[in-house]
Amino acid sequence: MNASLAIFFVLAAVAVAAAVSLILQRHPIHSALSLIVVMVALAGLYLLMGAEFVAAVQIIVYGGAVMVLFVFVIMLLNAGEEEHTNFSKLAAYAGIPMAVAVAGLIAAAITRSTLPPAQDPTALTSTKSLSMLLFQDFVYPFELTSFLILVAILGAIVLAQREGN
Amino acid sequence: MIPTNYYLILSAILFGLGMIAFVFKRNIITIFMAIELMLNAVNLAFVAFSKAFGKSDGEVFVLFVIVVAAAEAAVGLGIIILTARNRRSLNVERVDLLKL
Repeated sequence: MNASLAIFFVLAAVAVAAAVSLILQRHPIHSALSLIVVMVALAGLYLLMGAEFVAAVQIIVYGGAVMVLFVFVIMLLNAGEEEHTNFSKLAAYAGIPMAVAVAGLIAAAITRSTLPPAQDPTALTSTKSLSMLLFQDFVYPFELTSFLILVAILGAIVLAQREGN
Repeated sequence: MIPTNYYLILSAILFGLGMIAFVFKRNIITIFMAIELMLNAVNLAFVAFSKAFGKSDGEVFVLFVIVVAAAEAAVGLGIIILTARNRRSLNVERVDLLKL
């Protein structure tokens, strides 16, 4: 077993364990911290694949900005332990079989496919080709995302302001 | 080199765990985090495909997914704050105004 495969299995195990922990934790702040661990492990996997720019964005935007927003809202609302209610029996009986069925279907489709193995990461000048693509072929979608962010900021401000002002 | 299938299977596992969390959790913030987990699983598959075919298109899509997720988090958490203020609870079972 070579080194990169060992690193892959360690990072994958950390990601899956943290995702299971997200489900099992009862307090939302613990779930949020588990999700941060998943995101950091995924950033490590992106580095392993040679996608260093995506790894950096993953840490800065997801692990930084988005999760800080989540933790901030959890603390703002003083969210406590999840309460046990059983209004919906459907979720309990259909939820796990459906999720397992979807994951199984995806896994079956993957194992039947014949994909080329990932190319040598050192052979690709990843960030340069990424930025070339982003600012040439995808420049209109890129400009549209800035508009989307603007709309999201306006929406958040309108939602967050108190009524009566 | 690591086979692309390994990444895709890990992505499928994370997506399935996100689905289970989405169905089972009762706290509206945790459900939102489950959506983020599923988006992350899809991002992993995008990068794996991008590297398998030697093109950067998949990574550009990951950047777009991250932008949309950030916008979604801003608006969604605003809605969560409003809901929590009005219903005095974060439990999704108690937000049942549209239920028959």
